[in-house]
Amino acid sequence: MKRYGLWKYILILIVLSFGVIYSLPNLYSPDPAVQISYISSSQSADINLRDRITKALDESSLSPLVELNKDYALIRLNSYEDQLKVKDLLSSSLGPDVIIALNLATTTPQWLADIGAEPMKLGLDLRGGVHFLMQVDTEAAIKNRQNGTLQDLRRRLREEKIRYTNSFVDDDLSILLRFNDVSAKEKADSFISENYQQFAGSPSADSETSLSLVLAQAEVEQIESDAIDQNLTTLRNRVNELGVSEPIVQRQGKKRIVVQLPGIQDTAEAKKILGKTATLEFHLEAQLDTPRTRKSSYSFKGNPGSVASLQNAVILGGDQVATAQASFDENGLPQVNITLDGEGGSRMHRATRGNIGKRLGVLFVEQKTRTVYEKDSDGNLVPSQEIYEIKEIISLATIRAALGTTFRITGLDSPSESSELALLLRAGALAAPMRFVEERTVGPSMGADNIEAGVFSMGLGMALVLLFILFYYRVFGVAASLALTFNVILLVAIMSILSATLTLPGIAGIVLTVGMAVDANVLIFSRVREELKRGRKPLDAIDAGYNRAFLTIWDANITTLIVAVILLSYGSGPIKGFATTLSIGIITSMFTAIMGTRAFVNLIYGSKKNLQRLSI
Amino acid sequence: MNFNIDFLAWKKLALITSGVLILVSLTSLIVKELNYGLDFTGGTLVELSYPNGAEIDQIRETLRSSGFEGAQVANFGTNQEVLIKLPGTISDSLGSDIVSVLKQANLNQEIDLRRIEYVGPQIGSELRDDGGTAMLIALAFMMLYIAFRFQSMFAGAAVIALIHDVIIVLGIFSLLEIDFDLTVLAALLAVIGYSLNDTIVVSDRIRENLRADEDNDTYQVINNSLNQTLGRTLITSLTTLLVLFSLYFLGGEIIKNFALALIFGVIIGTYSSIYIAANALIIMGVSKDHFKVEEPENSDTNSLP
Repeated sequence: MKRYGLWKYILILIVLSFGVIYSLPNLYSPDPAVQISYISSSQSADINLRDRITKALDESSLSPLVELNKDYALIRLNSYEDQLKVKDLLSSSLGPDVIIALNLATTTPQWLADIGAEPMKLGLDLRGGVHFLMQVDTEAAIKNRQNGTLQDLRRRLREEKIRYTNSFVDDDLSILLRFNDVSAKEKADSFISENYQQFAGSPSADSETSLSLVLAQAEVEQIESDAIDQNLTTLRNRVNELGVSEPIVQRQGKKRIVVQLPGIQDTAEAKKILGKTATLEFHLEAQLDTPRTRKSSYSFKGNPGSVASLQNAVILGGDQVATAQASFDENGLPQVNITLDGEGGSRMHRATRGNIGKRLGVLFVEQKTRTVYEKDSDGNLVPSQEIYEIKEIISLATIRAALGTTFRITGLDSPSESSELALLLRAGALAAPMRFVEERTVGPSMGADNIEAGVFSMGLGMALVLLFILFYYRVFGVAASLALTFNVILLVAIMSILSATLTLPGIAGIVLTVGMAVDANVLIFSRVREELKRGRKPLDAIDAGYNRAFLTIWDANITTLIVAVILLSYGSGPIKGFATTLSIGIITSMFTAIMGTRAFVNLIYGSKKNLQRLSI
Repeated sequence: MNFNIDFLAWKKLALITSGVLILVSLTSLIVKELNYGLDFTGGTLVELSYPNGAEIDQIRETLRSSGFEGAQVANFGTNQEVLIKLPGTISDSLGSDIVSVLKQANLNQEIDLRRIEYVGPQIGSELRDDGGTAMLIALAFMMLYIAFRFQSMFAGAAVIALIHDVIIVLGIFSLLEIDFDLTVLAALLAVIGYSLNDTIVVSDRIRENLRADEDNDTYQVINNSLNQTLGRTLITSLTTLLVLFSLYFLGGEIIKNFALALIFGVIIGTYSSIYIAANALIIMGVSKDHFKVEEPENSDTNSLP
């Protein structure tokens, strides 16, 4: 029998200890906790916040420790009851500038956290929560843009004295222009190719006297991705209001956004908050002689310290803004181009022509929900939801000329400021609407049941398999059992390092891996038995068994891995969770079932030169 | 375990059995179709738990009087759990509406929300398309891999066995009217992986023996190979079935159908790797000539002018 190299033992030991260490954090069950952070993301949790929390909790019987992390303050509690009590207490006494969320805080020991060992993430089906898939109506955004362009085009064609008979945006989202004669059409054609670059190639002609303007693919993609970005921004703001500790707001594919809110159960409330849109109001700046009853002051967004006073009269609202885009002017300075619809354009014109030199303010209006607490007749705090509006100035710029359907805001300090302003303007404009296309809510009791069922079925399944192979293969069975256990530890360690999410189908994948991982050992051991029967010496039989079975195991596992990878790339939701654990399990099982058992078998039999029998 | 069974003698019986199973499956798939679950049809599903036991009739009545027409109400697992299904996609807030209506009608006991699932119509058809695509791609890749590692005849035999397994498992689901949802689809793909696993082990041994065995004819070699791998095939199927039954009985309602699909798949996959794949090889005319070890060709190249 060949000597089993020392390096292999060392490698196995290293991998084993690595597996044990990195799967360890999963054994520490998390604490119920309350997490407090400032609403404004630029403000990190400070001593000031801690003092406010300690003061708020002073009166209660609970006197928990307040931990300060970079982004939030954390209070660990002993029970879920205390957790809710503390949340209610803090919500009623801390100001509206903080977000209070329920959380599960990991209890990973410091020395493990220091080497980056963290427990696996649990999927919503195991911890409870809401999963939404929202579809952004990008067609509406494109139609909006084309309508805006059409307004502008009509005005400029009139200025150029090119007469058209009919103009509209058709169902294919292209602009259709009809003319009286061919020469008008040709003039328009060359005018448009010169001045509008967003259309595909040269304007295509439907007939002798009409033009059909189709947006270029790059332009369409830009609009789509703008629409998604704008909705992502809005959604992220909204999710903050919900008080969720680890929300996920992510783009999925071309037109969709995934929102995952662990711990939330009131889906009706969550939908109401997520579905709301922001809007805009354009006002003239109040003058010294504006009566007090006809002006109000607002602070600037992102700069609560500075304030300006605007007239109460609204020139126009966000629904009349077609587009807003950041760009650069002829001197290379950042600017934002705004296009209004026809009615908005004439309102803007009327309001600005007599006010050149004065300033025009844009208000960003957001509806927010907050929880207010009132004492009922028994003196208990009863929470209720209240909707309130926040209006903040996002732009205050001097009017240089009478404005129409298209105008620009200049004097911005940086390109990032102009793109931020454009994003806010778009978010407040008639946004591309979103629809809920999928919802999966799991209640907390179901989540707990799922964990229990998953762990229990895995435990039993594994115990049955281990018993069977111990009984059937004896000493070799011990090797296979150790390898199986090692395999699960390694699988959990890798899941933890990748911070992969464990779901119920994922647990099913682990269980299936356990059942199938034995296959490699069964193949090897059957082969060893065969070789023994052919009259080989025990140690030679072991050698031959491992060598001959290897290729078969390899082929069989690779094909299963191919299936798992295809599942990973095509599957969604439950399929992904299953495929993740299955594919990791296949890889780890090849290592443990081949190298792991070999090392064990060699340790037991390798030194016995005159071995007569194998316990297999 | 020592076996000496003349598997190939059962060729006719195996072919007839499989033929009948496939015919019944296909008929059922055409006539009864698959009982597509929410993931593929779209619609709303609400699962509630009434700690003091649920009055199904009362819940039905409440829902009907509140205007939720066509709601299917049934117990789920225990008599405390209720599953309410509404096909079609009338509104995306149907789930939470149902919950609030039922909570109002039942103020004397706490209702625990277990889960709400809403799948829009577009998502449903997309999931169906993606699932079909994944299945076809998986089959294609398997074929390529086996053709590359073994030989095209083995690839053909393996894929015949796979399609055989998939059709019969689908047929069983259609016959028994079990919900076919995303997790079952995942299980079906796992069946492809598992069944192939089996087929490869058997094919591997057939190839090895065709090369090495000088004394016996192809028929006997294949038979020997089947006997040699039979012990392993049975033990692996047994350990896999052990964990699957544990999942089926203890894994919870959501995992139940997943485990069931795999249980059927493992049993049929084991059968097909013994009877179908090997017989397909014989029918396609595999012989020792395909596996003659080639003589080194360039031994005399030096003597060439």
